[in-house]
Amino acid sequence: MTDNILVAEKVVKRFGGLVAVDHLDYELPRGSICSIIGPNGAGKTTFFNCLTGFYSIDEGHVHFENYSLEGLEPFQVTRLGIARTFQNIRLFSNMTAIENIMVGQEPHLHSNWIGAIVGSPGTRHEEKLVEEEARRLLRFVGLRGKGDMLAKNLPYGDQRRLEIARALASKPKLLLLDEPTAGMNPAETLQTTNFIRRLRDELGITILLIEHDMKVVMGISEKVTVLDYGKKLAEGTPEEIQNDPRVIEAYLGRGAAQLMAEAA
Amino acid sequence: MSATKRFDLRYFIRAGLLAGIVPLYTSVIGMVEVFNKREVVKGMLTLGEMLVIFPSLVVGYLVALKWRREGKNPFLALVGALIAGFVASLPTVLLILVNDRIPLRDMFVNVNPALMEILLVGQEQMAQGAFILMSVLAVSGLLGAVVSFIPYRFRRPLVIALVVVILSGLLSEFIKQVLQQFIERGALKQIVQGKSLTTKAAAAIFVVTYLTTLFWDVKGQAIRTRYNAMPASRKKQAGRLWKTMFGIFLLILPWVLGPYLSEVIDNVGLYIIMGLGLNIAVGWAGLLDLGYVTNFAVGAYIAGVLTSTGPLGLGARLGTDPLGFWIIIPISILAAMFTGFVLALPVLRMRGDYLAIATLGFGEIIRLLALSDWLKPYIGGAQGILFIPKPELPALAEILNLADRAPALIEIAKGDSLLAGLMNLILYGQFSGPQELYYIIFVGALFVLFVATRLNNSRTGRQWMAMREDEDAASSVGINTTTAKVLAFTVSAASGGMAGAIFASKVGTIFPNSFNLLVSINVLSLIIIGGMGSIPGIVVGSLALIGLPELLREFAEFRLLLYGALLVVMMLVRPEGLWPSPVIRREMAADEEEPPPDMGEMQTSQPMRPLSEASD
Repeated sequence: MTDNILVAEKVVKRFGGLVAVDHLDYELPRGSICSIIGPNGAGKTTFFNCLTGFYSIDEGHVHFENYSLEGLEPFQVTRLGIARTFQNIRLFSNMTAIENIMVGQEPHLHSNWIGAIVGSPGTRHEEKLVEEEARRLLRFVGLRGKGDMLAKNLPYGDQRRLEIARALASKPKLLLLDEPTAGMNPAETLQTTNFIRRLRDELGITILLIEHDMKVVMGISEKVTVLDYGKKLAEGTPEEIQNDPRVIEAYLGRGAAQLMAEAA
Repeated sequence: MSATKRFDLRYFIRAGLLAGIVPLYTSVIGMVEVFNKREVVKGMLTLGEMLVIFPSLVVGYLVALKWRREGKNPFLALVGALIAGFVASLPTVLLILVNDRIPLRDMFVNVNPALMEILLVGQEQMAQGAFILMSVLAVSGLLGAVVSFIPYRFRRPLVIALVVVILSGLLSEFIKQVLQQFIERGALKQIVQGKSLTTKAAAAIFVVTYLTTLFWDVKGQAIRTRYNAMPASRKKQAGRLWKTMFGIFLLILPWVLGPYLSEVIDNVGLYIIMGLGLNIAVGWAGLLDLGYVTNFAVGAYIAGVLTSTGPLGLGARLGTDPLGFWIIIPISILAAMFTGFVLALPVLRMRGDYLAIATLGFGEIIRLLALSDWLKPYIGGAQGILFIPKPELPALAEILNLADRAPALIEIAKGDSLLAGLMNLILYGQFSGPQELYYIIFVGALFVLFVATRLNNSRTGRQWMAMREDEDAASSVGINTTTAKVLAFTVSAASGGMAGAIFASKVGTIFPNSFNLLVSINVLSLIIIGGMGSIPGIVVGSLALIGLPELLREFAEFRLLLYGALLVVMMLVRPEGLWPSPVIRREMAADEEEPPPDMGEMQTSQPMRPLSEASD
């Protein structure tokens, strides 16, 4: 039996009459890099939102390590060790890059406002550590020297990196990346892919990503799950998925699938 | 000829008409007439005349500048400005003409003979007066255009000098109050007559300001370079010297200013205290609170009930001595914090506009509660609470057994109001007037300033700001937005309570009507004008929004109009506020081995560094 860091059982999320996530079972092995793919509107981001507490699920269970995630608020989920990035970058745009990362360390901080006012030694010590750690992470994602720029003034690629740095600041065990390479050119995409692999290899973080770029998905994933209309369509290694006629059909339509089959 | 080079008459007419709205509108609402009573420069220029002339001047300047920026014929710019200035007079002339045929006074109370006399420049004949008005405004437009031709280096000092002259003209009454402590009557007459500057003084101020600004523009860079080249220890010394001098200046300020101006400064101080508090909710946490007066009222009423020596005071009820001022300050702060906490609970799920409306409601509820019959036995209803004593410190004179000699000590300092006042305060500990109360407000403001600065630069402050930027993202990085919001409301309320308690003690009597919506609006506006979230901005905002209107009492009637106009102008010209909050440099502070990246280079997309290089 494999060690799963995250297990979802029969998760259902409805919006009115629409079933966005439909009895989805999902298992995420610890220390792996897995991907969720699927056509637009397949329920990928909704599933992410269910995992991270942004949506409450209508049916089913989600377990992270030994904890049930049901009914938890997003901040509680983050404190358990799940960090995420957003499809459309959501940085704190009028704060500097380094402040963004400092805020990201939130789950591990203990100082409070009274300590801040009186300037207690504990608070000051913590502030120092927080700043140091933020500086370290800034260098880790390659943003050295840009820490004092407002997040909104950073170029697009840097904003993506900063968002990852902010997520890393919470020292997560599981990192959910929602389309980390969206809007990047091939060179940037390649760098990001390598970076994601390093996160797993060097920091031991389990990674689950939603991605549209098949090159990225097939390049780094150990397991690929295909969603369509909120249901799991297929699951397996990248090779298995690439050759699955159902997947091709979902993406390209029935005719294309037949053509591909004939060609094969 | 290309189309862009053509003389665009319509553009100038449109600009002129826009500018013409100002004199027409301000005439009809009575502003011109009220302002005309105030002379800026004796016998030369009144504030009302400025209202009529200034728009033409500005529009002439702007159209000429725009016209030339587009590389068009400079001569035509002058003609255009002349036309724009002329057109700007037309709406007002139309008002005069219409009023001559159909008396408009039935509809517009302020369109009266006195106004007509001002607009017609005192001429008997309407045609003559209107002609003068038209030509004056046309010439103003031309003048504005001429100013735009002056090279920037000489234009900037000119504009600054003009602004300084007008400001000192407006404030001449107070300049007089300050100066009369130092110079004799005869000399003073040369500078200020009645409530306005003399022509000589105005000219002198203009020349001095012009030359100083010019000098600074030319030499300032060199001076700054020399200052920067100084060793760090010298710089520190210089900085300390400046700070000490500024501190001493602030400490003797009330005695230099005299009682009336001290009163104004006291009010500014109270609003600084409140502004710093509301800024926590609005500027940092992004919670638009339109009911800040609630906290002010709670603080004031708590202080009133507990300290009043009248029948409503707690002392009279329980048959004990009423509590003293110093113990009341923390009690009022805690009470206001509690109110803030309780009021935060129902509005937790509201965002943006809904939150604003709910808090607006709280502000009204508190005023109506204070007015209500239900609470009348406790807080006096419309009659309010009377007999709130002034703060006192133990008299040093008695402690040191100086009681006999104290009057002599004060006698020695006599003739010097500054020393005598201070001596009196120290020896007897009576905070009886605005000049003494200034110190309490000063200390209070310093305290709040200290707390706000500490919070701004802390985990809590960052939580609030993250929440302001993006509530969902804040939640996703592990911030409990619920507690952060409640905390923001609670802490923000504290300084409102403090300001309320000081206010109650300062005025001695409190009425429900002191706690109306206008207080909330004032505090919010000063934050917006000063710069959202900026601590120095609040000080500047208070001075501009609370201090200036108190000094220019002509403005009082039109205060809300001016607030509105000022807010619109600010949003257009300087949306970040007068003094926006500085970006705190954290990375470079300790990472100085690497120079900060060149900002110009940043604009172009930089090649990404391979991630492997960045590893730690």
